[in-house]
Amino acid sequence: MNNEQHNPQTAGTRPAACPAAGNDSAVIAQATTGDYKYGFSSDIDTEIIPPGLSEDVVRLISEKKKEPQWLLDFRLEAFRYWKTLTPPTWAHLDIPTIDFQAISYYAAPVKKEGPKSLDEVDPKILDTFNRLGIPIEEQKALSGMAVDAVMDSVSVRTTHRERLAEMGIIFCSFSEAVRDYPDLVRKYLGKVVGYRDNFYAALNSAVFSDGSFVYIPKGVRCPMELSTYFRINSAGTGQFERTLIVADDDSYVSYLEGCTAPMRDENQLHAAIVEIIVEDRAEVKYSTVQNWYAGDREGRGGVYNLVTKRGLCRGTNSKLSWTQVETGSAITWKYPSCVLSGEGAVGEFYSVAVTRNRQQADTGTKMIHLASGTRSTIVSKGISTGHSQNSYRGLVRVAPKADNCRNYTQCDSLLLSDTCGAHTFPEIQVANPSAVVEHEATTSKISEQQLFYCNQRGIPTEKAVALIVNGYAREVMNKLPMEFAVEAQKLLEITLQDSVG
Amino acid sequence: MKSLSQYINLYAECRRQLDLVPKPIAALRPKALDALRVFSEQTMRRAPYTEAAIDRLLEPDYGLNIQRMGFAVDLSATFRCEVPNISTLLGVTLNDTFRPTESLMRNIPEGLTVCSLTKAAAGMPSVVERYLNTLAADSTPQAALNTLLFQDGVFVYAAKGVSVERPVQLVNIFNAPVPLMAPRRLLVVAEQGASLRLLLCDHSQRNDIDYLSNEVIEVFVHRDASVEIYTIEENGASTRHITSFHCRQEEGARLTLNTNTLSTATSTATYTIDLAGTGADTRLGGMVIADAGQTVVQNVELTHSVPDCTSTQNFKFALSGKSKGAFGGKIVVKEGAVRTNAAQTNRNLIASDDARMTTAPQLEIYCDDVKCSHGATTGQLDPLALFYMRSRGIPEAEARLMLTQAFMADVVDSISYDLIRDRLRQLVERRLSGEKASCAACAAENTCHC
Repeated sequence: MNNEQHNPQTAGTRPAACPAAGNDSAVIAQATTGDYKYGFSSDIDTEIIPPGLSEDVVRLISEKKKEPQWLLDFRLEAFRYWKTLTPPTWAHLDIPTIDFQAISYYAAPVKKEGPKSLDEVDPKILDTFNRLGIPIEEQKALSGMAVDAVMDSVSVRTTHRERLAEMGIIFCSFSEAVRDYPDLVRKYLGKVVGYRDNFYAALNSAVFSDGSFVYIPKGVRCPMELSTYFRINSAGTGQFERTLIVADDDSYVSYLEGCTAPMRDENQLHAAIVEIIVEDRAEVKYSTVQNWYAGDREGRGGVYNLVTKRGLCRGTNSKLSWTQVETGSAITWKYPSCVLSGEGAVGEFYSVAVTRNRQQADTGTKMIHLASGTRSTIVSKGISTGHSQNSYRGLVRVAPKADNCRNYTQCDSLLLSDTCGAHTFPEIQVANPSAVVEHEATTSKISEQQLFYCNQRGIPTEKAVALIVNGYAREVMNKLPMEFAVEAQKLLEITLQDSVG
Repeated sequence: MKSLSQYINLYAECRRQLDLVPKPIAALRPKALDALRVFSEQTMRRAPYTEAAIDRLLEPDYGLNIQRMGFAVDLSATFRCEVPNISTLLGVTLNDTFRPTESLMRNIPEGLTVCSLTKAAAGMPSVVERYLNTLAADSTPQAALNTLLFQDGVFVYAAKGVSVERPVQLVNIFNAPVPLMAPRRLLVVAEQGASLRLLLCDHSQRNDIDYLSNEVIEVFVHRDASVEIYTIEENGASTRHITSFHCRQEEGARLTLNTNTLSTATSTATYTIDLAGTGADTRLGGMVIADAGQTVVQNVELTHSVPDCTSTQNFKFALSGKSKGAFGGKIVVKEGAVRTNAAQTNRNLIASDDARMTTAPQLEIYCDDVKCSHGATTGQLDPLALFYMRSRGIPEAEARLMLTQAFMADVVDSISYDLIRDRLRQLVERRLSGEKASCAACAAENTCHC
C-alpha cells in the first residue's frame, strides 16, 4: 500500500472533473497494484465498549447517548425480537457464520469539549478526511454541499447547518434529532422499516449508534445536495447507522451517501437502516456510491454490507428515486425498496454493481404497488469479474386494488471472466388485470468485435474495456448528481482496470 | 411436510403388496423411503407455489389401488382422445395401470417398444435398471413418493437409429368411484440416432370425485436422437395433477416439449432438463388457459452443463375468473459451458379482477462467453386492438377470443407436427369460447377410427 503520492484532489473519492486527460499512467499504475487505496487506519482515541451483545449492552448504548425512555424501550423490544431470529439464508451468498457476540457494538471518538471551529477538531480526524479526499473546509467553501461526516458511529461535524436551518430544513445527526426533535423522530422511527422486518433490521434497531436525520418542511426545495460519509474506523466494531429522511408535502431533497473504509484483516459488519417517507407531491433522490473495503484477492477480509433500505411514498404523486453504484464490500446484501401507497406515486431504482476477486453481491429492489396509477422503473446493471458472484434479486408486486400500475424492469449482466457468476432472480406478482409489468434481462460479455473495433482505432484494450463498461453503465450514471457521477465513473474505471486481461 | 407421514405409514402397512413388483422397481423403494422420511421432517418455506403447495396437495386422504383392483374402462373416452386424421400408436393408462390397445400391438414398428413398465422390468431388467429413477432420484418429495408407491408405468424405448413416424399416444384416464391417487411413471429412452414423437393426454372422467395424479416422467435422449413430446391436460374440476419431468440430453440430442394445460383443478409441473452433451438443443413451449378457481404452476430448471448448447423457452398463461398462475423458470449455465445460447420468454394475460399471476424468471450464470436472456410480461389485451375490432362490428366477446387466440398462436405454431398443431388450435378455440373443451368434439366430428 503506497500512500505517499496520494492526492485527494485527483485520485481520492472526489477526483477532478476530467479523469482521463493527464494522469493515465499514474492511474493505471495505481490500479494495477490492485490494492485498496483507502486502506489506512487513523489512530484516534475511541471509546469502545467490550464485545458482546446483551440487554445490558443495549441499555449501556442508550445510556451513553442519553436517550429518552421510549427509545430505550424500542431498542429493548427490537433486541428481544432479534434473539428469536436466525440470519436469513435465502440470498445467493456464502456468508461465513458471524459471531454476534464477538463484535463491539459501540465506538465513539472521544469528545473534546464542543469544537467551535475546524481548529478545534482533532487534527487526526481532519487528516483522515483529507486522505479520503473530503477536506471539510474545501467541501464547505467550494462544493456548496452540506456534509455531515460520520466517523465510526458518531457525527463529528455538521456544516451548512445555519443556511439549512433558515429554510426550516433539519439535517443533523440522529442523536441530535432525538434530543432536539423527539416528537418528529418518534413519529417516524421504525414506520417504514420496523424492527420486525428482518434479522439485520432487528439488530440495527437494538444497537444503532448514530446516523442522520433529515426533515424537509412543506413546500421547501432543498437548495443543496445533502451528503453523509460513513466510514468504519475501529477494528472489530460493527457500524449500525440509521438514516431517517422525511420529505413533507411539495418538498424536494437530493441525498448523497458515499463510503470508503480502511483495510482490515478481520471482517467487519455493517448493518444499516435507511427509512424514507415521502408525502404529497414531494420528491426524494437518494444516491449511493459504496466502496467499502472488499477484501484481498483471495477473499480475506472485507466488509459485510447487510443493509435494509426502504422508502414509503405515501403521498399522492410522490416520487422516490434510488441510485446506487456498488463497487466495494466483500458481501453486499441490499435491496433499496419503494412502497408506493400514494396514488400516482413513482418509484425508481438505478443500480450498477461491480464485483471482482472473491466479492459477492446480492442486490436489487422491491417495488410494491399498493395504490392506483403508481409507476416504477428498475434498471440494474451488473458487472462481474474474477471469481466473484453478482446477483440481481427483485420483486414487483401489484396489489389487487391498485389499478393502472406500470412497471418496467431491465436487468443486464456483463461478465468479464470465465470464472465469475452473474445471476438474476426477479419475481413478479400481479393481482390486478389493469397492470402492465415488463421484465427483461440479458447476460453477455464484451464481444471480440467491439474490442477489435476499438483496438483498430488505436485504443488499447484496457481503455477500450473501460470505455465499453462506461457506456454500458451510462444509463445509471446519468441519474447520479454531477459531482457523484464523475467520481463514480472514475471508481468504475479504477475498479476494473486491473481485472480485465 | 407433515402430509408425507400418512404415506410412509401406508407403505409400512402394505409393504408386502407394494413390493410385489419386479426387482429393478422394488430395489428403489428403500432409498425413496429414506428420502421421504427426511422430507417429512422438513418445513417447506420456499415460495408458496412450489413445495408448500405440494404439501397441501398431498394432504387429503386419497385411496391407492394397492390391491390392483380392476376398474371398468370407458372405451368411448379413449376414442375421444384419438387425433383425427392421424392414426397413432395408442396406449391407455387407467388410473395407474397401463393397457396397450390392440392397434398398438398390431402396428408397433420394429425397434420400438411400448409396454408396461413392470413387464419391461421383468423382461429387460438391465435396461430398466440402467435408467429408471436415475434422473428423478428422489430429489423432491413428490418424486420420492412416486418411487415408493408406483406399481406400474409405461416404458417407451426406441432402439439405435430407429425413426418412428407414427406418434405414440399415451392417454392417462382417471375413473374410480372413490377419491384416488395414481402414482404414474413414464420412462422414455431414445438410443443413438433414434427419433420419436409422443403425445400425452390427461383426462379424468368425473368432475365430482377428487383425483390426484403424481406423475414422474424420465426421458433419456442419446447422441443425435430426437424426442418430441406434446402434452394436453384436460381434467375435471376436482382433479389435481403433479408432474415431475426429467430429461437428460447427450451430444447433439434434440428435445421438443410442448405442454398445454386446458382444464384442471390444480396442476403443478416441474421440468428439469440437463443439457449434458455438446450441441444439444432444447425447445420448450407451454400454454396455460385457466379460469374459475384453477391453479396452474409451471417450473423449469434448465441446466447447460457443456459448451455449444442452445435452448429456447416460451411459456404463456391466459388467466381469468379466480384462477392463479405461477411460472418459475431457471436457466443455469455451469462453469465451462461456453457459447451457450439460452432464451426464455414468459408472457401472461390477466383478464379478470380476481386472477393472480406470479412469475420468477431466473438466470444463474457461471461462465462469460454466453448469450442468455429472459423476458417476462404481465398485462391485458391491447384496448386499442379491441376497439379496432369492435368498431368493425366484431362483438367484444369474439374480439377477445380472437386476440387471446392470437396471443397463444406462437406456442401452438411452434409445434412442428402439423396434424397435432391443427388439433391443438381447434382445442384452444373451443376452450376459449367457453365450450367444454373436451376432445368430445372428436367423436362429434365422426372422424375417429380405431
